[in-house]
Amino acid sequence: MANKKLTIQDMIFKLEKFWSSKGCMVMPSYDVEKGAGTMSPYTFLRAVGPEPWAACYVEPSRRPADGRYGDNPNRLFQHHQFQVVIKPAPEDIQQYYLDSLKELGINPLEHDIRFVEDNWENPSMGCAGVGWEVWLDGMEVSQFTYFQVVGELDVKPTMSEITYGVERLASYIQDVNSVFDLEWGDGVLYRDIFKEAEYENSKYAFEESNQKDLLQFFDVYERTAKELIGLNLVQPAYDYILKCSHTFNLLDARGAVSVTERAGYLARIRNLAHEVAVCFVEEREKRGFPLLKNAEDKKAGLENG
Amino acid sequence: MAKDYLFEIGTEEMPAHVVERSVKQLADRTQKFLKENGLKFKCIKTFSTPRRLTILVEELAEKQDDIDEIKKGPAKKIALDQDKNWTKAAQGFARGQGMTTDDIYFEELKGTEYAYVHVQKEGKKTSFILLGMSEIVKAMTFPTKMRWDSNDFEFVRPIHWLVSLFGNEVVPVKILDITAGRKTEGHRFLGDSVVLANSSDYEDALKDQFVIVDATKRRNMIVDQMNKLVKKNNWQIKPDKSLLEEVTNLVEYPTVFAGSFAKNYLQMPQEVLITSMKDNQRYFEVYDQNGELINHFISVRNGNKDYLENVVSGNEKVLVARLDDAQFFYDEDRKYPLSHFVQKLDNVSFHDKIGSMSEKMKRVQIIGDYLANKWNLDAQTIKDFDRASQLYKFDLVTQMVGEFAELQGVMGKHYAKLAGEKDDVAEAIEEHYMPTTSEGKLPATTVGSLLSVADKLDTIITFFAAGMIPSSSNDPYALRRYAYGIVRILLEQKWSLPFNEVLPEIVSALEKKTPAKLPKTAEQEEQISSFIRDRINQYLQKNNYKYDIIDAVLASSQQDPIQILAAAKVLQLHHDDDKFKPVVESLTRINNILKKAKYKGQNEVKSDLFDNETETELANGVKKLNKVNDLAALYDGFVKLQPVIDLYFDTNMIMAKDEAVKNNRLAQLNSVAQLANRLGDLSKLVIK
Repeated sequence: MANKKLTIQDMIFKLEKFWSSKGCMVMPSYDVEKGAGTMSPYTFLRAVGPEPWAACYVEPSRRPADGRYGDNPNRLFQHHQFQVVIKPAPEDIQQYYLDSLKELGINPLEHDIRFVEDNWENPSMGCAGVGWEVWLDGMEVSQFTYFQVVGELDVKPTMSEITYGVERLASYIQDVNSVFDLEWGDGVLYRDIFKEAEYENSKYAFEESNQKDLLQFFDVYERTAKELIGLNLVQPAYDYILKCSHTFNLLDARGAVSVTERAGYLARIRNLAHEVAVCFVEEREKRGFPLLKNAEDKKAGLENG
Repeated sequence: MAKDYLFEIGTEEMPAHVVERSVKQLADRTQKFLKENGLKFKCIKTFSTPRRLTILVEELAEKQDDIDEIKKGPAKKIALDQDKNWTKAAQGFARGQGMTTDDIYFEELKGTEYAYVHVQKEGKKTSFILLGMSEIVKAMTFPTKMRWDSNDFEFVRPIHWLVSLFGNEVVPVKILDITAGRKTEGHRFLGDSVVLANSSDYEDALKDQFVIVDATKRRNMIVDQMNKLVKKNNWQIKPDKSLLEEVTNLVEYPTVFAGSFAKNYLQMPQEVLITSMKDNQRYFEVYDQNGELINHFISVRNGNKDYLENVVSGNEKVLVARLDDAQFFYDEDRKYPLSHFVQKLDNVSFHDKIGSMSEKMKRVQIIGDYLANKWNLDAQTIKDFDRASQLYKFDLVTQMVGEFAELQGVMGKHYAKLAGEKDDVAEAIEEHYMPTTSEGKLPATTVGSLLSVADKLDTIITFFAAGMIPSSSNDPYALRRYAYGIVRILLEQKWSLPFNEVLPEIVSALEKKTPAKLPKTAEQEEQISSFIRDRINQYLQKNNYKYDIIDAVLASSQQDPIQILAAAKVLQLHHDDDKFKPVVESLTRINNILKKAKYKGQNEVKSDLFDNETETELANGVKKLNKVNDLAALYDGFVKLQPVIDLYFDTNMIMAKDEAVKNNRLAQLNSVAQLANRLGDLSKLVIK
């Protein structure tokens, strides 16, 4: 393969450069634990309300139950997603995506690229969307979604979300069978950075975590989030919701949540997600939806010459 | 002059399973629309790919027919009031013809003057009417629809372009901000956009752009290429219509290719390999000439042959990663005894409101034992059932089923066999899920059938008791399919199960043995019985029983599917016989009299109160028929008894003055009615 040497960081640079050329802001990863790039406030909160938004970022995504002590070549406690969200979704968003693959050296004419139906749902955050998984020669390398509902609110205008599985795509590009053999940059391998962490996190999640404490954390985080929502403090409230979600994932990995209780926990998180989404829109409205105004000014400026 | 009309909706990639039925929907709606507008045409052809839904209306008339007709209205004295003003009747008449009262004139017909209008209308141009295609698109329905941009309009995926050509003329249909033109799009990677001069250019023009728009041609291309590949390698494949249809609708330009994987994976159960290939990757699995699964697969690329080697190696890599995963799970799962998994079922919920899987299995064992006893099943079957019921959900907590949920039951069977369980026990574990669709395969073994019925009965009973009762539109747990499965298995196995009698017994067998809620009242039990009765109804309808026969047999006091089916069979068989009408009439006459007399069945027939031969004869006839079990024989008995009944009526006054005689005669009639009720409520039969 022609681009065998594209390192993970080069891949990320290329994606950031490409998407910034399409009007996306390159955001830093958000600093609270989360299970997917969708849960970053740069996606979840910005999806609701009428304001436009365009951003891309790398998001470390922690899924405790997927931890394998670093033994499995493709399963990780923490993987990375490259997330692109644009609202309203550009008409040519699919073509942009294909162009981004070309930037990574993947020419559609030399492969088989397909958009296979996959409607996405995240019941714990009250989210649903319509879209595809994108197959590259039979491998799912990205998830492509038009958000319809987030935090149980209709997403209007519709936001498009593209999630590249960084390790997946890199394994393909670098032609390795184990993520731990990937080159992150400058000769440093994925194993050198993450293998220990995979072991430690798995050990913690499956053996050492204290269920009693975690259960208590969940309650405290939930209570805090509720109080903060009551005070219209959206961002800190949202941070505590993310903590609830991560704590639940840790409990789940430990097998500490009976299946009966599971639905109850998910409903508690979903309620918080809904409340904070509503609160976010209200707060933005009080400020006159600044980004909407911004976009209108920009448009007016263009029209006036 | 007639011309062909082409209408294409260009979209982002639609789900494979909606493509063909959506284009049919588009054609059906268009056909209705054209007919309603009085536009003549020869036929409607359809074309479809993942990115387009297209219809071609052949030989569509260029305009509606002109109208030139004289229409007669109300009489003059009704059309005009005393002041010579137009009445409501006249106004309505004119309006109904698309005219005004100014157009009305009077003419005499057989001595009376009537209002007339001369309706002359030029037919509208087709190109004008076709602008209404936008409404057809808006009315289309899909299993999942979406909004895009800031619109409220929903469609299966965003629409990108529209082509609307009547001959060589553009009909500018408008949807959102898209106006239809003559430009269509070729293959996403291999093709370009192309401008169509004429509607008839469509298929060929797109073929040049690597789009095979005719789904049948595309499917045939796949089949041909596959057959060549299979023949060349001396392989075999099994026909799979639904996979073929799916693959056809995942590509616009198909190129078939084959790949392979290491032979050592073939040591896993076939189902694991097939699931990995078929369900996860949409590959066709490959067999050798002896029908043995081999280490190759066939797939279809959306494109041509260029760089096909990349596609092959990429797909091989993906499959091997999946098989590696599966192998890992297979090896891990086999490290533990079955009891390890069974134990874990304490923590697996069957349903939040009902309880755990372990509790369910305990209930199912009780239900199954009760049924086995009722059906006099042999000791070995019961022993095997007991064992199966203690194990049968264990594979839900294996790693393999955790990853490949569709292998539930199948892995249970394999792991049980590997652990040395009896074949009957292992098979039952797989079979208890059957039938998986309403007309799907039934369990083949007795143990499997018993486990399947017991498992499904438990599900229905506990869901109903917990208040989760399906509504006409909402049945999220597929309880209808379970109940239908029960009915089918009972009929297949010839197992008698009168629900109304059995349910209370099952409930009392479960009482105090489970923390789950059970039906508490007779009403709740009747709800379940009636739910199952509705499925018997469904079964009879599906098997073409006449609706009045279905009504009659379902009203029987018997609620045993076997008996109900047998009754329906007898009635259907004789429905058109000469004797059918008199027999049914005699029997319903009895019912009517009993109803009128409000007879409650309180007396026994006493022969010393008889006063003539006809009474003895009827009594003897009934006695004989009481010994008949078979419903066909019972019907034959009624045929013979019918003249006896009629003579009885002719000879005897039922409502005799002597109270004792009257009651005795009612009791006699009641004994006939009881017999007849084994066939059903015959008054519901429609007799011609």
